[in-house]
Amino acid sequence: MQFGIFTVGDVTTDPTTGRTPTEHERIKNTVAIALKAEEVGLDVFATGEHHNPPFVPSSPTTLLGHIAARTENLILSTSTTLITTNDPVKIAEDYATLQHLADGRVDLMMGRGNTGPVYPWFGQDIRQGIPLAIEHYALLHKLWREDVVDWEGKFRSALQGFTSTPRPLDGVPPFVWHGSIRSPEIAEQAAYYGDGFFANHIFWPKQHTEKMVRLYRQRYAHYGHGTPEQAIVGLGGQVFLRKNSQDAVREFRPYFDNAPVYGHGPSLEEFSRETPLTVGSPQEVIERTLSFRDYVGDYQRQLFLVDHAGLPLKTVLEQLDILGEEVVPVLRKEFAGLRPTGVPESAPLHPAVLKTRTEKES
Amino acid sequence: MQTLKLVAVSAGLGSPSSTRLLTDRLLQAARYRLAEQEYAVDVQVVELRDLAVDIANNFVTGFPSGRLQEAIDAVTGADGVIAVTPVFTASYSGLFKSFFDLIDPAALAGTPVLIGATGGTARHSLVLDHALRPLFAYLRALVVPTAVYAASEDWGTGGDEASPTGWGEGLPTRITRAGNEFADTVAGRPSRRLEDDEVVPFEKQLADLRLD
Repeated sequence: MQFGIFTVGDVTTDPTTGRTPTEHERIKNTVAIALKAEEVGLDVFATGEHHNPPFVPSSPTTLLGHIAARTENLILSTSTTLITTNDPVKIAEDYATLQHLADGRVDLMMGRGNTGPVYPWFGQDIRQGIPLAIEHYALLHKLWREDVVDWEGKFRSALQGFTSTPRPLDGVPPFVWHGSIRSPEIAEQAAYYGDGFFANHIFWPKQHTEKMVRLYRQRYAHYGHGTPEQAIVGLGGQVFLRKNSQDAVREFRPYFDNAPVYGHGPSLEEFSRETPLTVGSPQEVIERTLSFRDYVGDYQRQLFLVDHAGLPLKTVLEQLDILGEEVVPVLRKEFAGLRPTGVPESAPLHPAVLKTRTEKES
Repeated sequence: MQTLKLVAVSAGLGSPSSTRLLTDRLLQAARYRLAEQEYAVDVQVVELRDLAVDIANNFVTGFPSGRLQEAIDAVTGADGVIAVTPVFTASYSGLFKSFFDLIDPAALAGTPVLIGATGGTARHSLVLDHALRPLFAYLRALVVPTAVYAASEDWGTGGDEASPTGWGEGLPTRITRAGNEFADTVAGRPSRRLEDDEVVPFEKQLADLRLD
């Protein structure tokens, strides 16, 4: 099982100091956070993609390419790559390049994006969100698997005899997750291709996650990729940790109360009850995270959100220390002990795929 | 015989509340009519006052709390809905509108709805036809013809001195007529079933884009 972090990349004022980081600081801090993730033994760093303030990650492969050059083992991923407003040809090229530079340490998560104005800025229409996600991904899937592509669709100019370069590293396309909160069409899409399904699982009640993962698992089996239990599932999660539960709550509360998305609404306690947010001691985070398995089954990837709402870099790095030292090692052991044989430990990532293939061929 | 489920939404804020009083009277009239026709009836009243903070939080977080979800499910799963609001600043109250803002725009399509409003003076009574009726028309609900407005003075009038033309009817007569229309509409409708999300098979999704 893989553990990591995912970032939204928001530039948010620290409500305790009134200080807002510059874009430059936020970008550099994001790199520092990713490097720290590798240092403390996490497996994955995933960045969001946004094309409007107050967010900085508009160019994910630039960021991930830089991090790739400064890390050895970290898997670089996205949360999410906008399959609706990006040209699938450019996604194919960018991420294949990244795959070469990172020696295969790349996968990505497709998402639609929910900001209305972003669509027309890129010549699209949010009302076509689902059809765009389906058509664009169908093309991307083909571009990474067929050397010469003829294509005609509704949303993009047609292609005749097109070859996307570079070809994926060793002919193995990057593994793809499809991220969604509550769109059954996306769970169905992930199942159809035998790709991974990633449930956002932050800011929302667990019922959405439970329902979508159940649907994805059933349909994964329906399309003949394996049993429902073998489907590849990833989950988000949001945590804030301190040695003592009370300290965690006291320190995080002003960030919670003023956070973008959910701030100025329910109390920290209510929100922790209604959503997977966990603010507390390492033991509390371990117990809550293990409980996710009760409603999604054995899953392959857990990403935590630790750097939003204006938390300063120092605090975020401390969070990563606690995760790496006290939480993730226990979770690895516990989840591994619970996982039945036959259920994959991780998504079929590049090195694994390559290894299996080499063994088969020899 | 099947049990019909009636859910009333009351946006009254006081306790006791004249909006709740009107709500109860309308429910009673509908029950009486359905009982005459030997229907079993299950009734529930949703008091929006108790959900005011949950409703505001839903706007902030994007999802309903557990008890707000229960209220929404009750309303959208009902065989008939009675919706009563006080008049605030020439319209339904903000709380009343906020609650219906959180309901899926298609969830009340075809549902019989009886609307009512209360206010200090009868001069606001057109709120029923200028504000509430268009709201439920948008939701494609089946609003019954008689809507009931109760002004403060109505609670102090004696019985009915119904004129032959129907104008000037007292509150009890209007309540009974509205309750009867609503009950008959509910009784004449097929029972509502909540359906799970259906999956559109991926081949069909591709075919719709002509990518198969």
